[in-house]
Amino acid sequence: MATMRDIKRRRDSIQSTEQITKAMKLVATVKLQKSRVRAEAAKPYFNLMYDTMNSIISRSGAVRHKYLQAGASPKKAVITITSNRGLAGGYNNNIVKLVNAELPAGDTLVYAIGRKGRDGLARRGFKIQGDYSEVINDPLYQDAAELTGVLLEAFTRGEIGEIYLAFTMFKNTVVHTPRLLKLLPVELPERGTADGQEPKARAVMDYEPDDETVLDAIVPKYMSSLIYGALLESLASENGARMTAMDSATSNAEEMIEDLSLQYNRARQGAITQELTEIVAGANAIGN
Amino acid sequence: MADLFKLKVVTPDRIFYDGNVSMVELTTTEGDIGVYANHIPATAIVAPGILKIHEEGGRVRKAALMAGFIEILQDQVTIMAEVAEWPEDIDVKRADEARIRAERRLKDRYPGTDVMRAELALKRAIVRLETKAK
Repeated sequence: MATMRDIKRRRDSIQSTEQITKAMKLVATVKLQKSRVRAEAAKPYFNLMYDTMNSIISRSGAVRHKYLQAGASPKKAVITITSNRGLAGGYNNNIVKLVNAELPAGDTLVYAIGRKGRDGLARRGFKIQGDYSEVINDPLYQDAAELTGVLLEAFTRGEIGEIYLAFTMFKNTVVHTPRLLKLLPVELPERGTADGQEPKARAVMDYEPDDETVLDAIVPKYMSSLIYGALLESLASENGARMTAMDSATSNAEEMIEDLSLQYNRARQGAITQELTEIVAGANAIGN
Repeated sequence: MADLFKLKVVTPDRIFYDGNVSMVELTTTEGDIGVYANHIPATAIVAPGILKIHEEGGRVRKAALMAGFIEILQDQVTIMAEVAEWPEDIDVKRADEARIRAERRLKDRYPGTDVMRAELALKRAIVRLETKAK
């Protein structure tokens, strides 16, 4: 049986761990509120951009544009959005697993935003092409636009044939789903008919000055806005995941402390009883 | 009175404007355009300029519009703006400083000056000042 001192030492150590997890939970809660407001404010733009792009593409008939067709290269690029710090439950691992399951390690170039995702994928044999980990600390639209520029350049040069985006969608505080989205070639679900609009609204789109120029200008904006939206959603998810993880860590610690306190008290009582017995026995021995 | 249509102006941070309007004027890369209801579907690229929104009651609201694109459908117009500002959001002093800086850069033409960037910066500053002035 563990001695009183051992139990006490363990309990103290768990207690200080609990204090840390509690503090981290509080910090994550505050950060979550902030990042959630930002993510929700950006959501209309994100959704509208997707819808608008959908409507433009479905109306554009037989437009052939380099951004609408897969490049010749078999290489794929993926932007992975994870966190720089751990202790967020399965948040980072989910992205790593998703990318690992969906894309071949040998043919995929990773543009990592977030150190955890970068390290996880590097360990699984992915090639890390770019590292933009500082971005996740405070994502700006500018960052997304810069990354878009880098990727489109590589796409135009024919170094990569497809571009994906791996991020975590924020549904609510406890539900976040990792998602893999194809950015380029622009490929929207059910090109044409399925969005429930009548055929009369399908008049052919007029491009000014011409379709090539317009798509050249719009696709980068489409990509940057999706990346920006994904950054904000992932940040909210990260804080949500950390909050949940730290919450359960705190309650686990509490449970352990309770158990150990009970054990400690039992041990203490046992020790006192034993001491008493010894004293009584000693007194009896002297008396006789 | 002209028919109304739905106008949405959205920036990455917020919904800038959402309402029924009778006409909207803005600058595209091809020049200034004005859009009424029942325009043919079109998509154009937005150039820095003043956005004029003619609202339902005849009121005209102005804003500075920097970059993005516009999708025109028969009954709905969507402007996906990267930057849009109401006159009250504009900092005149900052815009004026930006104007002077850009003008100086264009005048001196040191080697390595990105002329296009400087011109764009100048244009943005002028648009901001004009939006505020009127």
